[in-house]
Amino acid sequence: MQALRGLRLRNIFRFATSLASVAVVFASVILSCSQPAHALPAFARKYGLRCSACHESWPMLNYFGQKFKDNGYQLMNDRDAPIWQNPGYWPVTFRITPIWHRVSTGKVEVDTYAGGLPTGNSAIQRITSSGFDLSGLDFHTGGTLEKNISFYVLPSSDPTGAFHFEQVFGRLDNLWGSPWLNIKLGRFELDNLLSEKRILTLTGNGGIYQTYHFIPVGDGNIFGQIGDNQFGIEYMGHSWNDRTRISASLLSSNDGNVNLSTGANGYTGFFAGSQAFDAGRLGVQRVGFYAMVGEAATYYLTAGGVPIGGSGISNKSFSREGFVGQFYFGPHVDVQVVTQHGSDNAWFGQGYGNAILTDGNGGTTATCSSPTPGCPLNNVPGTALPAGSRAPSWNGVTVETHYVYSPQLIFINRFEAERMSQQANGPGYAGTGGPSASNLGNITTYTIGYRYNPFMTSRAGFAWHNEYNWLHQDGTGPSLGLSSANINTSELLLGFDFDF
Amino acid sequence: MGTQLRNWSLLLVAAAVCALPLPSLAQLTQLDLQSRIGTESHIGNITGHAKDAAAPYRRYCVGCHGPLGDGEGENAAWMDPPLLPKPRNFQLGIFKCRSTPTGTLPTDDDLFDSIARGFDRSSMPQWSTFTKQERADLVAWVKHFSPRWTNEKPGAPITIPPEPEVTPERIKAGRDVFARVQCWKCHGVLGQANGPSAATLTDDLGRPIAAYNFTEGSRPKCGDTDRDIYRIFMTGLDGTPMPSFADNIKPDEAWDLVFYLRTLMKQNSKEKQMARQLGLKPVDPNAPAGQQ
Repeated sequence: MQALRGLRLRNIFRFATSLASVAVVFASVILSCSQPAHALPAFARKYGLRCSACHESWPMLNYFGQKFKDNGYQLMNDRDAPIWQNPGYWPVTFRITPIWHRVSTGKVEVDTYAGGLPTGNSAIQRITSSGFDLSGLDFHTGGTLEKNISFYVLPSSDPTGAFHFEQVFGRLDNLWGSPWLNIKLGRFELDNLLSEKRILTLTGNGGIYQTYHFIPVGDGNIFGQIGDNQFGIEYMGHSWNDRTRISASLLSSNDGNVNLSTGANGYTGFFAGSQAFDAGRLGVQRVGFYAMVGEAATYYLTAGGVPIGGSGISNKSFSREGFVGQFYFGPHVDVQVVTQHGSDNAWFGQGYGNAILTDGNGGTTATCSSPTPGCPLNNVPGTALPAGSRAPSWNGVTVETHYVYSPQLIFINRFEAERMSQQANGPGYAGTGGPSASNLGNITTYTIGYRYNPFMTSRAGFAWHNEYNWLHQDGTGPSLGLSSANINTSELLLGFDFDF
Repeated sequence: MGTQLRNWSLLLVAAAVCALPLPSLAQLTQLDLQSRIGTESHIGNITGHAKDAAAPYRRYCVGCHGPLGDGEGENAAWMDPPLLPKPRNFQLGIFKCRSTPTGTLPTDDDLFDSIARGFDRSSMPQWSTFTKQERADLVAWVKHFSPRWTNEKPGAPITIPPEPEVTPERIKAGRDVFARVQCWKCHGVLGQANGPSAATLTDDLGRPIAAYNFTEGSRPKCGDTDRDIYRIFMTGLDGTPMPSFADNIKPDEAWDLVFYLRTLMKQNSKEKQMARQLGLKPVDPNAPAGQQ
């Protein structure tokens, strides 16, 4: 047994050494082969600027790109209206990513068998799967309809090709000639400086910001996810050089689901502001804040016991707020920081909030009613919270660092931590399972990776993407008598991320 | 077969011999640039260093202005003047927007302001997102492309007298200046860039170029304050058909012309209101001198 362990260790060491050698060789090759970067498809075709002008690395915006976006996808050079473009110009880009990935999930409860028959018992096992796969397909179309009237339409599919509208909006820019007055209406990304829609990573857990999606274990509030595109109207204003930015949005509390089915009678406000500072050779530094304050339904009227879409009432409140910092240390190194304090009403904490099952593409399937197992809870009249129920609250932080070797090669490192500060099931909780452990649901995750663009032109983009993510969550796995139900999952991903 | 092989060999050798000087020329240029990498700029108390601007130049500028600053970046081919002017060739050391007399080099401040202001009706955006230090470094970088800065000093900025109070008389006097120095030949009598010479205009490199259309609402290339407009026609836009009128227009008359030009612009202004109240008519190209 000891020998076997030694052999395993030697193999792991050998594998690690080989991997490191390959990485060093590969890094040397790509470092020595860096070529001049070119331009990004949809907007670069219009303006003739390289992608690196607007993106630290595509799709993450740099300061100039943020300003371009804030101006309504305009350079403000009096040639922004489509009338100045060749009539054949069509502002469309598609993006898709064929990948190989290896996903390893710890502590999955599996059936056990004896003599070919189920024993009726379970065991806990790590499941690791690997293979070639595909991302969804995005069609980005955006630009100006006229000077100071901009738009964006983004039909997006999952890997099976099922489409939904990820982003659709029209925007009135620079009303009365003032950059302080811009109005956007539709489904759009929230005004997060570190936008999840422009994230540089692609793995299942590393391809989102955990801080933007964290929900306590058992919580039924899906509406406070600031990483998702939301329906609403946004006011945005900025100084001429974009040093000062403010925005306020009124959103439907439906987490981007269509047809007024989910959370139809609740609204959420999202507010953001930031100020940039000139720090000489270090670059422009920016600090800001955001706050999301809203309410959403917990009771949906029912017919035959089945919740009726669009009938949500008994709104309860929730909030997310935090600080954002973008710190640059010259042209090669930067650190992006987001903090968050989140809080949900006690009703959400007990699993009420989204009684309508969504189909994952913005539609709903109203064929499920609580207390059927697996169906969301519905706060029907007479429902009472168990004694000891409390409003869950938590704190989170995201720290993402970049080393930008050149506009074509970026190394990414991200650390995120989500920590519960108050569990919904407090001391004396009389509901199922009793009080929660103070660390239940806590998340710690690391992501490292790099993106290398061997070439770019004003017609297409192509990146070799390599990434590793590790995520740890406390107490959410099956325990089956184990001392700990903590889960560790990891994913290694390699792929070609390209657009045209 | 042998003859064919010999012919191919000769062709290959000839091609190789012809190709030899190409990298050598490029290397020479790179060497020249390398020798000027110590170029500095001075903006107030900030000193810009060319060597520190290589990374931002590559990220933001090289696509149009090219690695050698010759305005031949990969996107230049798709810019179609006069609709979209070609990128500036920094190697020539000739710049439109200056505070210095025609024919002289601009000051560091001129280049510094140009980077942040950008140029309307071109692909050059307002690079106001840089820190002052980064912009100063880029100014030094721009300078290092041309040997002119090694051999010459920038001109002394022209003196602009204080702006007088605008009056109806001054606006009328400005119209006379507009007629006398024949601005209308390119810009048109209504400022619509449709004068008799407008269609034939080319820059110093022989590329088509458009006169400024005062009526379409865009900003003048070198700034839109009254002082900017004064400076534009008193220094001229080097490299373009727009000459300096410093020898033809006295400083006081120059302010009159500024006021008159304001009446042609789309943007509302007190000059425009005064012109409306006066019932001011456009210049008559056929009127005898001094009888507008």
